[in-house]
Amino acid sequence: MTVLEVTGLRRSFAGLRAVDGVSFTVGQGEVVSVIGPNGSGKTTALNLVSGVLRPDSGRVGFLGRDVTGWRPERLAEAGLSRTFQNGRVFGNLSVAENVLIGLTSTLEAARPLARWRNVPVLRWASLLAETAVALVEPPSVRRESAERQAEVSAQLDRFGDRLTPRASDAAHTLSYANRRRTEIARALAASPALLVLDEPTAGMNPAETAEVLEQLLALKATGQTILLVEHKIDLVMRLSDRVLVLDAGAVIAAGTPDEVRTDPRVIEAYLGKRRTVARP
Amino acid sequence: MSLLELDSVSVFYGQTQALYDVSLVVEPGEIVCLLGGNASGKSTTMKTILGLTTPRTGEVRLAGERVSRLAPAGRIRRGLASVPEARRVFPEMSVEDNLLTGAFTRRSGVRAELASVYESFPRLAERRRQPAGTLSGGEQQMLAFGRALMSAPTLICMDEPTMGLAPIFVDRVLDLIAALNRDRGLAVLMVEQNAELALSIAHRGYVLNTGHIALSGPAAALIDNPAIRTAYLGA
Amino acid sequence: MLDTALAGLVNGSSYALLALGLSLIFGVANVINFAHASVFAVGAMSGWWFSVDLDWPLWTVLLGVVAVTGLLGLVINLVAVTPLAKAPPIAALLSTFAVSVVVDNGAQLVFGPETRRFPALLATDNLGLGGLRFGTLDVTILVVAIGLMLLLGWFLRATRYGRAIRAVAQDRDAAAQMGIPLARVQNLAFVVASVLGGVAGVLGGMYLNNISPTVGSTVGMSAFAAATLGGLGSLPGAVAGGLLLGVVEAFGVSWWGGNARTLITFAVLLLVLWVRPSGLFGKRTPLAAEPMTGTFFGAARTVRLKPWQVAVAAVAAYVVPAVALDDYTVQIGVQVVVYAILALSLTLVSGQAGQISLGQAAPLAIGAYTSALLTTATGMDFWLSLPVAGVVAAVLSVVLVSPSWRLRGHYVSIATLATGLLVAAAAVNFDWLTNGPSGVSAIPPPSLFGAEVSAPLAVYFLDLTILLVVLLLVVRLRRSTLGRIWSAVREDEVAARSSGIAAADYKSLAFGIGGFVAGIGGALFAQQYGYIDPSVFGISVSLLALTIVVLGGLNSPLGAVVGAIVLVGLPEALRMLEETRMLTYGLLLLAVVLFRPQGLMGKVAR
Repeated sequence: MTVLEVTGLRRSFAGLRAVDGVSFTVGQGEVVSVIGPNGSGKTTALNLVSGVLRPDSGRVGFLGRDVTGWRPERLAEAGLSRTFQNGRVFGNLSVAENVLIGLTSTLEAARPLARWRNVPVLRWASLLAETAVALVEPPSVRRESAERQAEVSAQLDRFGDRLTPRASDAAHTLSYANRRRTEIARALAASPALLVLDEPTAGMNPAETAEVLEQLLALKATGQTILLVEHKIDLVMRLSDRVLVLDAGAVIAAGTPDEVRTDPRVIEAYLGKRRTVARP
Repeated sequence: MSLLELDSVSVFYGQTQALYDVSLVVEPGEIVCLLGGNASGKSTTMKTILGLTTPRTGEVRLAGERVSRLAPAGRIRRGLASVPEARRVFPEMSVEDNLLTGAFTRRSGVRAELASVYESFPRLAERRRQPAGTLSGGEQQMLAFGRALMSAPTLICMDEPTMGLAPIFVDRVLDLIAALNRDRGLAVLMVEQNAELALSIAHRGYVLNTGHIALSGPAAALIDNPAIRTAYLGA
Repeated sequence: MLDTALAGLVNGSSYALLALGLSLIFGVANVINFAHASVFAVGAMSGWWFSVDLDWPLWTVLLGVVAVTGLLGLVINLVAVTPLAKAPPIAALLSTFAVSVVVDNGAQLVFGPETRRFPALLATDNLGLGGLRFGTLDVTILVVAIGLMLLLGWFLRATRYGRAIRAVAQDRDAAAQMGIPLARVQNLAFVVASVLGGVAGVLGGMYLNNISPTVGSTVGMSAFAAATLGGLGSLPGAVAGGLLLGVVEAFGVSWWGGNARTLITFAVLLLVLWVRPSGLFGKRTPLAAEPMTGTFFGAARTVRLKPWQVAVAAVAAYVVPAVALDDYTVQIGVQVVVYAILALSLTLVSGQAGQISLGQAAPLAIGAYTSALLTTATGMDFWLSLPVAGVVAAVLSVVLVSPSWRLRGHYVSIATLATGLLVAAAAVNFDWLTNGPSGVSAIPPPSLFGAEVSAPLAVYFLDLTILLVVLLLVVRLRRSTLGRIWSAVREDEVAARSSGIAAADYKSLAFGIGGFVAGIGGALFAQQYGYIDPSVFGISVSLLALTIVVLGGLNSPLGAVVGAIVLVGLPEALRMLEETRMLTYGLLLLAVVLFRPQGLMGKVAR
């Protein structure tokens, strides 16, 4: 089954075509990576897919539905979670609260009248009901809240003892790598059908990168579908089922890691000749 | 005489100590790399050298002269220049205005320097009127180098010059650094996360760990050091 | 027709000069300089003094004003902006507001508060072209204004320090690494901006004919609108915004009269922001920048009180005034309580949901008018009018602020500022409903169990009880799932939305609940004075409410109460110093912002 189906996606900024007719699919359980030079439109493509930006034209299909132009919050509720290039955590919230925010779309008792949430004007019924429930806090809400707390611990355990001891610390006190982990835990909390990662190892040293690779491989083994933008070519090659190469907003090559690695157009535009270490 | 010396420098942010007795030197014509993970103190070291942070104890010397309390402008006049992390060109200013801003501390010889930078980077000359924000990542990196050269430095500090660049540009940037060093005799102090890449062009290296210098030595020795291999090369 | 357009251009060139300064300062220091309007006033007043008392000719008057206002700009930066470089931007906004209070009231002490004629230094009606009549004055104003704009453009493009100003505006850190002295460049930007503002003051003074030490406030507000209209930080935008606004205002005033000016100005501003969230010339960033390491908002955490401490304080709040205080002091207590309710409404909007509002006087006014009109015109019972006032204020808050859901950062503040001014202007202009500037009087006091609640102590008990209910409401909301969702929106809207949170909905919910609480406060306010008019709900009320919240520690409900005691109670205690009361208040405010930017009830984390 196809999780994500992107056809003819286009988006320009001030006349500059950032993404120019990109099409690809991500199947159930697949890990697909997008690589390409700086400014080739990778992050823009990711932002278009996750609803952070709206496409000028083209279609995004997600789990069989046309979701083109959906807002990111609606896509997240539908099962598309993402992380950001430099790591966006909620700095003044604790690690546990960060992950709880990731569980927001799974709340039922605390967020009643869900079906009205996307209807103009009537959405206020849902918002006001939510306010009333927040003020009264009936037993069902308290029970749900306790259940979610338990799920948070499970999510944090994913990263061994990296996050669990810091669960009640404010996210801004974390190291850079731990912030990235918190962000991934938040994105995974709601068990998304598709996880979108924008350079999850940016700014990490090789040792930290290797650790993230192990975790992503473990995630892949559980059948998680992942769409990934990454510069670190070794990580991409080890993790991906298929690789998509962008240049100047267009797909110049697509295929298995081995096919892409040896494609002359990819070498020309992106990889270059492998550096031979010449000691001065 | 060493171009740059850090002599037992300790830096604090409020109560938190960021650097502990850090000492390092850069000799004329050398490429030196400073390795370390996140929060190891690399950025603080760079700030201390550039004059954006003042050490609580210890000394910074440029060509033997104490500059610990000197503002960045004074240090730039003494031959220091900077290529900031993530390039940081001024996006809405033209390429030429970006270069001229690099010569802020100079009052004479600016036009000649501009011509010399354009000669080294003909690409920048072609785009002199274009806003810097419209350049590609690789061109912006060239502009950041050119901007640093405008103050006619003897030592350039570079903060992660390959960060966020595609592999093909990583190679070009490293070649460029080696060429600047070879052709102009420029000394380079380079902060890097990727030890293998940095050590491939450096003469010597220092390894910072939680604000301490953990290791130092010639590049060839560092690259074979087992501790480095596990910590920074992911091997 | 043509003469209206010309008058608009001439007046608009003053706005443009002021807006240029605002945008220049915004670019370099990332601060909305509320004191800039005062610079205009000082320019006008010192120009008046040089020409009337010292009898100088025009060109020396201009030179003198340049010297005075340049120095003033430098002082504003050194005293109110530079020390707060590391505090959240809201702190510098409030400190420049405090400086404007000090400067305006200082100027009143020096020059006397009365309105006076600005001498006719140039002829106003001696030239003609076709059917159009104008004077040397109009020509001079346009020539000087355009000349200064060209000079500024040249300075920024072609000089070393001009380029440095642009570099600092685009990337402070990179500029510092190029050896550009940030402090000096920022001083320079303030001096240049203030000189432009001072010259605008002289030109505006000549044009307006009548001036007073507070002349800056109206012109200043239009200049804010102009700068935002053009796009904050964009200099061509400032010029275009200023001229455009001048012309639109001139036509509006010629059609609907002088009272309509504020209404037109801010209606235009809100409309433009609705269509183009970054102004006409502003840079449109498709996506908010990702927060880089260590730049999180608000380093303060809230001091927590134990439940018994709160209980003791609440009991004391009932008992002490009843046994120990006279009627006059209790009346001050009533004021404190109403402002505390207003401040609590902002704690939700600004503290919890992170939308800094400079217009919370709007729901206060709406609530007050709703309750006052219902009880006087329809004879509705106060107790019924109270929730109605809350609901009307909530609904109108949500509707009026809805254009700002797409806005970010400073634009939210400016849009809410515009909303506040718009509501006050509507109260002046819609006299079929609000009775215009003369206001609503003879508002009956509420009755409870058949007895009239009008004695100070009775009113105090009523208001205090409502305050405690509101306090409980705010505390419960903060601790709920909803509170956490609001926090996420405040911390990082993009990440919140990608976690399934409809940020715009929750922002409008915060404005709605905040509007409801403020509306209730407004109803109480109207009943206890028995009289309201539009001037009661000016921008100073909005800014006072925000100051209370910031002083209390932006995100602390109890802090809002403590802040109200300090900031409302204290000036009342200063009434004995009647003449210098506002001046002292401004200085106190400045001191508080400078020395406790994290708030009284906030403590700095680590």
